Amino acid sequence: MSRIKVELKKEQIDKIKTICQSFNNNGGELINVLHKVQGTFGYLPAEIQEVVAQELNEPIAKVYGVVTFYSFFTMLPKGKHPISICTGTACYVRGAEKVLDELKKELKIKVGETTSDGKFSISCLRCVGACGLAPVLMVGNKTYGRVAPEMVKDILKEYEAM
Amino acid sequence: METIKLTIDNQVVEVPKGTTIYKAAKQLEIDIPVLCYMDLKALGIEHKPGGCRICSVEVEGRRNLAPSCSTEATEGMVVKTHSMRVMNARKTVMELILSDHPKDCLVCAKSGNCDLQDLSVKLGIRDIPNQDIAEMSTYRKDFSPSIIRELDKCIMCRRCETMCNQVQSVGALSAVNRGFQAVVAPAFEMDLEHSTCTYCGQCVAVCPTGALTEHDHTNKLIEDLANPAKTVVVQTAPAVRAALGEEFGMEAGTLVTGQMVTALRQLGFDYVFDTDWAADLTIMEEGTELLDRLTRHLNGDKDVKLPILTSCCPGWVNFFEQQFTDLLDIPSSARSPQQMFGAIAKTYFADQIKKKREDMVVVSIMPCLAKKYECQRDEFKVDGNPDVDYSISTRELAALIKRANMDLKKMPQSDFDNPLGESTGAGVIFGATGGVIEAAVRTAYEVYTKKKLAKVDFEQIRGMEGIRSAEVDLDGFTLKIGIAHGLGNARKLLEDVRAGKSEYHAIEIMACPGGCIGGGGQPLHHGDLSVLKKRTEAIYREDAGKPIRKSHENPYITKIYEEFLGKPMSEKAHHLLHTHYTDKSKKIIYLK
Repeated sequence: MSRIKVELKKEQIDKIKTICQSFNNNGGELINVLHKVQGTFGYLPAEIQEVVAQELNEPIAKVYGVVTFYSFFTMLPKGKHPISICTGTACYVRGAEKVLDELKKELKIKVGETTSDGKFSISCLRCVGACGLAPVLMVGNKTYGRVAPEMVKDILKEYEAM
Repeated sequence: METIKLTIDNQVVEVPKGTTIYKAAKQLEIDIPVLCYMDLKALGIEHKPGGCRICSVEVEGRRNLAPSCSTEATEGMVVKTHSMRVMNARKTVMELILSDHPKDCLVCAKSGNCDLQDLSVKLGIRDIPNQDIAEMSTYRKDFSPSIIRELDKCIMCRRCETMCNQVQSVGALSAVNRGFQAVVAPAFEMDLEHSTCTYCGQCVAVCPTGALTEHDHTNKLIEDLANPAKTVVVQTAPAVRAALGEEFGMEAGTLVTGQMVTALRQLGFDYVFDTDWAADLTIMEEGTELLDRLTRHLNGDKDVKLPILTSCCPGWVNFFEQQFTDLLDIPSSARSPQQMFGAIAKTYFADQIKKKREDMVVVSIMPCLAKKYECQRDEFKVDGNPDVDYSISTRELAALIKRANMDLKKMPQSDFDNPLGESTGAGVIFGATGGVIEAAVRTAYEVYTKKKLAKVDFEQIRGMEGIRSAEVDLDGFTLKIGIAHGLGNARKLLEDVRAGKSEYHAIEIMACPGGCIGGGGQPLHHGDLSVLKKRTEAIYREDAGKPIRKSHENPYITKIYEEFLGKPMSEKAHHLLHTHYTDKSKKIIYLK
């Protein structure tokens, strides 16, 4: 997994510690702790994982193992407007990959990456429960259905000024 | 105890409730093939992730095949372990595993000793269908001074993870990523060198394939032996002689000391010496340090650090240098026998044979992989030249002897050379858990009380329990001793020390279960830990048969103090035989 280097401020470390404490520093709650920490910071860089491991008294290798196993967790910050594209069966057969290729071409990033201006990031997900609208993509919380590759430019334009 | 009855391959068996199908079948002597499964009874650990599916069996009334290692047997269950449906599925599973495995068995370090290869033969695999279109996982090779990780060969059995985390509590390894990217790796996929790895090698000892192997120095050794300009000196650790025979088909626990010495001489070593001699030297230094700290403690010195911890085991040294950095002043400063030997061989002995340090090659044969790292530490070099040039494992030595067309079984016996080959029983028992502290007590008793020991055997110190304690009466003063083997057990004793709750005066710690006899460089036990017990018995047999059994009575030890070192803990001894420890927690760099 690609990495970026961050320096945590004292308040940020304290915040992680507080979250761990709210789960009684119980190693068995690792996934829940990571979930909450990512909810707060947006992503889970190595430095954050180190603090979590220390607080829960778990090996850092194990924390990293969990972070890399679940696709929900990310070690890179998501863009201001995170784009999720469904590559589940229904969307896939109706051309999700072509939409994805167009997104990658437009934004010049790969899946899991964020544009250099921090605006957009792309991730894949499996089914949002709107198969009737396949192929589906989401920008933030807004859902777009029956997306064709040629619509990608216009969708992105909506957010460029935001 | 509640029991249940089930039928396996038309035989009825009664087993306690909760027993797995695999274990119930075992009771009937039905051998279900396994791959990821590992039963370490002696450690109370059964590794049964149910991941590989090789142990699948057919259960009547159940739609899918069941992994027998992790499926509980139930009342009235009817199981077929080798039906044609099972055989067919097992073959397919194996073909799938092999389709994502390199095919370089011809040159693989594990070839001939590989569980995957054995199983492929057993299951009659002759072809791997669709190999041309099969996706293969690839991963970079990781070379550390001790262990090589070649994860293309990893089958994700995760045995190494169990050893690293559950047994050793080191926490260096975890399964990371998923699908074809899944590997077992340190945090953030750093190299082992930048992880909490202690190089104990217990992961290597259980790896079923060539994914984890030792850093092999055999070819370097052959080069040096072939070079007439080099004087090649070898030292052999105590645990090697109690296990080497296994590689030549001998019963576990067969002592092959004399045969090994002959083989080493025939291989061309100029001097065949014994690490046991250096173990006797270690006792002189470490024992004196123990008595020094004790005397100061009894005289009311509040600054003296007790308990004193042994420092012979390099895996253990790596462990506390990374994970107990607040306790660095507690272990004995005595170097390990391997390093004491090297320091003496390249000074005292080099002078005797009038050789320059650079023209000597000191090789050690060790049951250990951490020794490979230890000998290249900067503390043990003089102007870049290491005291011990490199260390090879028991397994590497066995392979070399075979390569040279020698059969250990037919080898005549001979004795070590002198002056660094004569050892006492105290030096020998360093190879088993409890041995170092027993050897220290034999000497400390006589030095402290100025009386002769009535009986040199301290049975209360011996045994295989992970944590033991013993009390020894030193003429009115009760010396309290703690012993731990396996780093998970060591951690428990250390946490007590850290919390100020430890009542011991001295603690012996060995990183590997059983001590050095169970080291990561020993012949593979393939999960059968009963061999460790047999090796231990062999060690104590060798001790009992020695004419001298106390380190301070070794005439060559007395001689080196008279001629060269002065007395234990003298300035010269400090310079050559002691070391210091450094905080290595920061070597764990996450971000390059």
